Amino acid sequence: MGERLLTVDRLSTHFFTYAGVVKAVNGVSFTLDRKETLGIVGESGSGKTVAALSLMRLIPDPPGKVVEGSLMLGDRDLRTLRDEEMRQVRGNDIAMIFQDPMTSLNPVLKIGNQIAEAIMLHQDKGKREAWRLAAKLLDRVGIPDAEKRVNQYPFEFSGGMRQRAMIAMAISCNPDILIADEPTTALDVTIQAQIIDVIEEMQQAYESGVILITHDLGVIAEIADKVMVMYGGRTVEYGGIDEIFYNPHHPYTWGLLGSLPRLDEIEKTRLTPILGQPPDLISLPSGCPFVGRCLYERPECRDQWPELEIVGPEHGVHCWIPEAERREVRASLPHFQEYVR
Amino acid sequence: MSLLEVKGLKKHFPIRTGILKRTTGQVYAVDGISFSVEKGETLGLVGESGCGKSTTGRAVLRLLAPTAGTITFEGVDVMAASRTKMQRLRRDMQIIFQDPYASLNPRMRVRNIVGESLHIHNIGTEAERKKRVFELLETVGLSTEHAERYPHEFSGGQRQRIGIARALALNPKLIICDEPVSALDVSIRAQVINLLEDLQDELELTYVFIAHDLSVVKHTSDRVAVMYLGKIVEISDSAVLYDQPQHPYTEALLSAVPIPDPTTERARRRIILEGDVPSPANPPKGCVFHPRCPRAQETCTAAMPALSSTGGDAGERHEVACYFPARFTGGERSVASEPFAGATPPASA
Amino acid sequence: MPDRDTSGKQATEDLTISTVSERDLMEDKLVGRKPLGLWADTWRRLKRNHLAVVGLCIVVVFLAIGMTEEIGNFTPKGYLAPYDPNATNYEISPRGLGSPPSWSHPFGADYLGRDVFSRTLVATRISMLVGVIAVAIALIIGLILGPISGYYGGWVDSVIMRTADVFFAFPYILFVLLIMTVLGPGLWNVFMAIGILSWATYARLNRGSVLSVKAMEYVEAARAQGASDLRIIFRHVLPNTMAPVYVAIAMGIGGAIVTEAALSFLGIGIQPPNASWGKMISDYLSYLAAGSWWMLTFPSVFLTVTVFGFISFGNGLRDATDPKLKE
Repeated sequence: MGERLLTVDRLSTHFFTYAGVVKAVNGVSFTLDRKETLGIVGESGSGKTVAALSLMRLIPDPPGKVVEGSLMLGDRDLRTLRDEEMRQVRGNDIAMIFQDPMTSLNPVLKIGNQIAEAIMLHQDKGKREAWRLAAKLLDRVGIPDAEKRVNQYPFEFSGGMRQRAMIAMAISCNPDILIADEPTTALDVTIQAQIIDVIEEMQQAYESGVILITHDLGVIAEIADKVMVMYGGRTVEYGGIDEIFYNPHHPYTWGLLGSLPRLDEIEKTRLTPILGQPPDLISLPSGCPFVGRCLYERPECRDQWPELEIVGPEHGVHCWIPEAERREVRASLPHFQEYVR
Repeated sequence: MSLLEVKGLKKHFPIRTGILKRTTGQVYAVDGISFSVEKGETLGLVGESGCGKSTTGRAVLRLLAPTAGTITFEGVDVMAASRTKMQRLRRDMQIIFQDPYASLNPRMRVRNIVGESLHIHNIGTEAERKKRVFELLETVGLSTEHAERYPHEFSGGQRQRIGIARALALNPKLIICDEPVSALDVSIRAQVINLLEDLQDELELTYVFIAHDLSVVKHTSDRVAVMYLGKIVEISDSAVLYDQPQHPYTEALLSAVPIPDPTTERARRRIILEGDVPSPANPPKGCVFHPRCPRAQETCTAAMPALSSTGGDAGERHEVACYFPARFTGGERSVASEPFAGATPPASA
Repeated sequence: MPDRDTSGKQATEDLTISTVSERDLMEDKLVGRKPLGLWADTWRRLKRNHLAVVGLCIVVVFLAIGMTEEIGNFTPKGYLAPYDPNATNYEISPRGLGSPPSWSHPFGADYLGRDVFSRTLVATRISMLVGVIAVAIALIIGLILGPISGYYGGWVDSVIMRTADVFFAFPYILFVLLIMTVLGPGLWNVFMAIGILSWATYARLNRGSVLSVKAMEYVEAARAQGASDLRIIFRHVLPNTMAPVYVAIAMGIGGAIVTEAALSFLGIGIQPPNASWGKMISDYLSYLAAGSWWMLTFPSVFLTVTVFGFISFGNGLRDATDPKLKE
């Protein structure tokens, strides 16, 4: 890929609520290079959104706090920056697109206003220039009639267009890193395809790194270069895209892959879901949070968090099951009969 | 006789504006669809937002009054049914909703939620009803201890199970599943899909499975109907749909669905549709899909094509509403340059 | 591999409660191993609002005082107050101006030598009674018309809401006066007058919630199961629209008490031998100029404190039940 843009080491974000401490993110590490797309996969309670917001230092304090970890953007640690320095970083170096375009845009401000605001803030440009740029950006992300649209309000845009407008806002200052948090979940599938396209195109054009947060493994398979699988605030596995899909080592990853109905299945096969419920974040065990749902659990799983084990090129997993046994079990799973290389 | 037969169903919602609330337009949510569902099968209704699939589901249950068309359940005309007849019919047709958080009354205990229909239809004694509720809870994978709890004490997947238990209370024959798994986590989704399949086998249920996720619909359904802007544009066996899509919208839809397999994804050719889905308040003239259709020609602007079969590999079971459908003979795909005669709408329409 | 139950039909062992979503964390929403329940959460938030807690204490104390006559009916004296509120004692009222507060009469005595403290206590009962019953009448009317209006919409809604508008448009006190003049003085007439004129507030508040609740899927579910409209309205819709109403009740009782005081002050409310704070203020007003300040001061203070209590509690309750209000 390109130069290393971001190195996150052992990020932990805890929420101090009246009911107890919620370890929403617990010791998560990852890196991002230029022109690379990192997919963060997880379900409810996995901590993926909190991790992204921690990166942007958008965690409300109280009740939340980044309690540990270093967030190296180039040679600066984002955790140590002053508030005004961080404000410079947001939008300029790292930009974020949120899930629901309906509520992420201010309904009483024109679209052009919202984009121009970011430009004026970070790029020292006058109002007229900023608006002109805003229109250009809207056109860049594929909104027809951009000159006219820039003067409209969010309610005059459809869901897909709003998301494009959000992307326009995000790329307005050529950020090195684009974080997209479930950018397509609220959209129809044909619009989803358009938006993924736009994100990819912008990534090519601006040579940025993209962090894509989603629960949809299909979207991950589409554009991610590497994947980090999160569960209960921890990273359970990470690796290159092919490694994760064809050579996964963690029972949760197996479970995820096995529980997906596939459009291209030849014969109807029964899904093999992960049993049980998503984790209760208040009472996470000190060991592996997947305990209770994992079919291959052993006694040490509940109390001790397994150390990182490298199982392939740039492919790591946290699991107590010995590697040989893992391969054996995986080979017997129905999902992997057909798809494993 | 099919269990459920829908003919020419239309549902239009008036748009009222101004102080006097005059009707200035219509939302053509469902605009003339016909299909039938056989006992024991699962018919999938798939489409994007605004296509009318949820409205269809509700109309079948008479939760909405259709603007036109007939709905026949086991030979009985649902629309014409009297109040008492309708009460009887309600026992046979039930619905599962999408949102596990909004579909349960937050102030009612689980046992009351599940047992309410027994109460309404005066079935059994107090003790018998209680027993039935426990039975139902266990059938869906919950425990009897859950009966005294309130909905907010459960997770999304568990709430959905409560909703399923509620739907099963009266031993229905048909269940409309309106996006039953869309709001659930991926790992829970599979549990509920399997549960619905198991229940279908055990209790001989018939499903109309409404969803926007094509992968889920294909997996769960025997036959699939693709809807767009209030019309059915294609209907076929689900196995055939992926291999031999005839309608250009179906093709685009299929190509847009991401498949969780990097190798397959890299090899795919995407058909990206231009523009947004038009509003059902203002549907295009002629074929509703023609403004976005890569194959559209002048014929397509005149009138909406009728749903009919092109013959071909799947025969009568595969119908499409298109003037230039893709045809498959011996597995080979071709698109004729002449409009498909079978699509010509009948003169009276 | 053993035959696995892949649909989760085996009952979930874990009965502990739901997950906390990341969004909930950000908004510091109810995060707990066992969500405490809707009321418990409200109580927790209410506790933090000191003014509201004070208000609640006041409300409880005065409601308790208001009930003492019932208890008093069982005592040998026939009343719990230190003196018979109606017992005259001309000796302690020289020159007919009463006597100021003293050890034997902490609030003093009025122009007839009656103990002001006892009278004030007993008057509490009337005020509380008015507050509660008037609001109850208003609630009954409002909680029938409100849901019907909201649920059916259309012309039913228009008729009911326009009628409510009429009730809102008229100056409240004037309307009440009008009704009292027509009905004549008397305790029950006061209840009716205030109650009948207050229904609109509850109906309107309730209707707002009804509009959003009736679109909820659980209402559709009830319909799909064959529930009658009546059942849907009163079993499903109404209980879920009560949140803003509870607050209005607290404020409403306060308001009813003040209205009653005004009526009695004007002489068309309570009649002797019943005493209410308003009546007392009215009766003793002329003695103020003569220097006998204690007679009307204490009932006024009681009135003010009580209403303040209800309103503070009401405000606190509203804040505590507002899910969007950040803590």
